Amino acid sequence: MDENRAQGRSVSPRLWLAGGWLLLALLAAIFAPLVAPQDPLAQDLMLERLPPFWIDGAEPGYWLGTDSLGRDLLSRLIFGGRIAFIVAFAAAFAACLVGSTLGLVAGYFGGWADRIISRIVDVWMAFPPVLFAILLVAVLGTGLSSVILAIAIIDWTRFCRVIRAETMGQSRMDYVENARIAGYGRIGIMLREVLPNVVPSIVALLSLEMGIAVIVEAILSFVNLSISTDDPTWGGIIAEGRLSIHQAWWVLVFPLITLIVTVLSFSQFGEALKTRFDPVLR
Amino acid sequence: MNACLDIRDLSAVLPNGQRVLRSVSLAVQPGEVRALVGESGAGKTMIGKAVLGVLPSSVRIVEGDIRLEGEDLGRLQPKARRTLIGARTALIPQDPLTALNPSRRIGSQMTDRLVRILGWNGERADTRIRQLLDEVQIRDPDRVLKSYPHELSGGMRQRVLIAAAFAAEPRLIVADEPTTALDVTVQKQILRLIVQLQREHGTAILFVTHDLGVVAKISQKVSVLYAGKVVEEAETAALFAAPQHPYTRALMAATPRYTDPFASLKPVDDAVLAGLAAEIAAADQAWRRPHG
Ligand SMILES: Nc1ncnc2c1ncn2[C@@H]1O[C@H](COP(=O)(O)OP(=O)(O)OP(=O)(O)O)[C@@H](O)[C@H]1O
Ligand SMILES: [Mg+2]
Repeated sequence: MDENRAQGRSVSPRLWLAGGWLLLALLAAIFAPLVAPQDPLAQDLMLERLPPFWIDGAEPGYWLGTDSLGRDLLSRLIFGGRIAFIVAFAAAFAACLVGSTLGLVAGYFGGWADRIISRIVDVWMAFPPVLFAILLVAVLGTGLSSVILAIAIIDWTRFCRVIRAETMGQSRMDYVENARIAGYGRIGIMLREVLPNVVPSIVALLSLEMGIAVIVEAILSFVNLSISTDDPTWGGIIAEGRLSIHQAWWVLVFPLITLIVTVLSFSQFGEALKTRFDPVLR
Repeated sequence: MNACLDIRDLSAVLPNGQRVLRSVSLAVQPGEVRALVGESGAGKTMIGKAVLGVLPSSVRIVEGDIRLEGEDLGRLQPKARRTLIGARTALIPQDPLTALNPSRRIGSQMTDRLVRILGWNGERADTRIRQLLDEVQIRDPDRVLKSYPHELSGGMRQRVLIAAAFAAEPRLIVADEPTTALDVTVQKQILRLIVQLQREHGTAILFVTHDLGVVAKISQKVSVLYAGKVVEEAETAALFAAPQHPYTRALMAATPRYTDPFASLKPVDDAVLAGLAAEIAAADQAWRRPHG
């Protein structure tokens, strides 16, 4: 009991740190036009490759410097966050909805429902995910909605596998049998008795998946398969930064840091939330 | 008058054809406590599950019938069977931790059943639950109702489950080793509570145990089970006064006595086991012949 509480306390800084960063990044993305110091698309050849603020030659108002076309890096990162978050939320929720539903059904009902769903998952997972994503976007066409769709189509299996296993474990517990004896219907038991016990895992996976969606979107942008090239995206900025790494390292380094911190925050936040949500661990 | 529970010639098999229940017959009269004793693996839990309609999918009933107050469960549609079992029976389980939903508060778990299955309004259900918690001597119902299962002790959880089992006034309760998972001091209290509530509510109980000491204390009748077969059935007093079957005698000899716990501890005799094996084989032979 006390052990759990101590654990709960040590979880908190993680939760606050990760959650704080995500909130900051999210607010910046939402209010990008108000927050961004410059127009992210404005090119100015007089201002190309300005270094970040602490290095000689920096210009005030261009905190993280500019890229080789003279566009403000910070503003581009903030605007890039918009697409990153839209993709993260939409793709993760779509994957979660499909995957968790199928996982719950397979795990709870077992039998042929489980055999069919598990078979599909096996086949699905045989494809290398990045290749699968590139292929899908090539077929669906580039654009925000096809990126979201591609990520959801690829990654629902992650939810399905985990939730199926968890549901199976829960379904063997006596409280499910008790509910059967009491006369509850199968679907009612699945939704009211079993589902609340797998929600902590769903929440953790959802957050993790958002991080993954951010990476996949960045990879797609990097290979120029994502959104139209005008809108700044983190992957797009990284791709450009790679070309000028010797003249302006910051164009590569800052988006990479942003990406990594965001992805880690999502996974840490998910883990911390899971502990929060779980009545036994709490 | 109809028996509360009437099991006749019940046989159940595993997928490999092996019988786990061998023509079990057993009746529980209204308000009566019937003990079901036998060693581990004898099929005691299996009988309870068959009555409650929750046999594992691998176990198939191949013969016999189960009647609840005269209603043949096998003849009912699944939906009607569930409703009947839900309304007339309840389970007091062996492990009070896993029998409660870990992510729901005790209060909502207890009232939910009355509200959603029996159609009571929330207030009536709440009053009823509090009354039952009082009967199982829980003195701080507000705290308990707000708790999650893991926040209560094992004894408390079992009290909650006993209260829940009696709340809907079932005619029959299956108690499957309800004290085995508890420590010794709590066992006695829980046993006493079950007996007390059983008397007050006039509920019939099928009490599964492997402890003859418990049998002597609480039951009016006993069925002794070995390898899925009822080898002896008697009034409790008569059984203890004059056990008929060699296996029953061996079980009694194997039960440690408080005064001399080691001297009387004998494992079941080889000759008795050989006799049992022959008896089971003969029963299976006789059973197979009419069934091909
Ligand atoms: N799910 C299952 N599928 C197949 N066989 C099972 C299953 N559960 C139990 N059995 C077998 O059925 C027989 C009866 O088991 P049961 O659980 O009814 O015994 P029990 O008398 O309750 O024993 P215990 O005192 O250990 O609880 C055992 O031989 C067991 O191995
Ligand atoms: Mg058992």
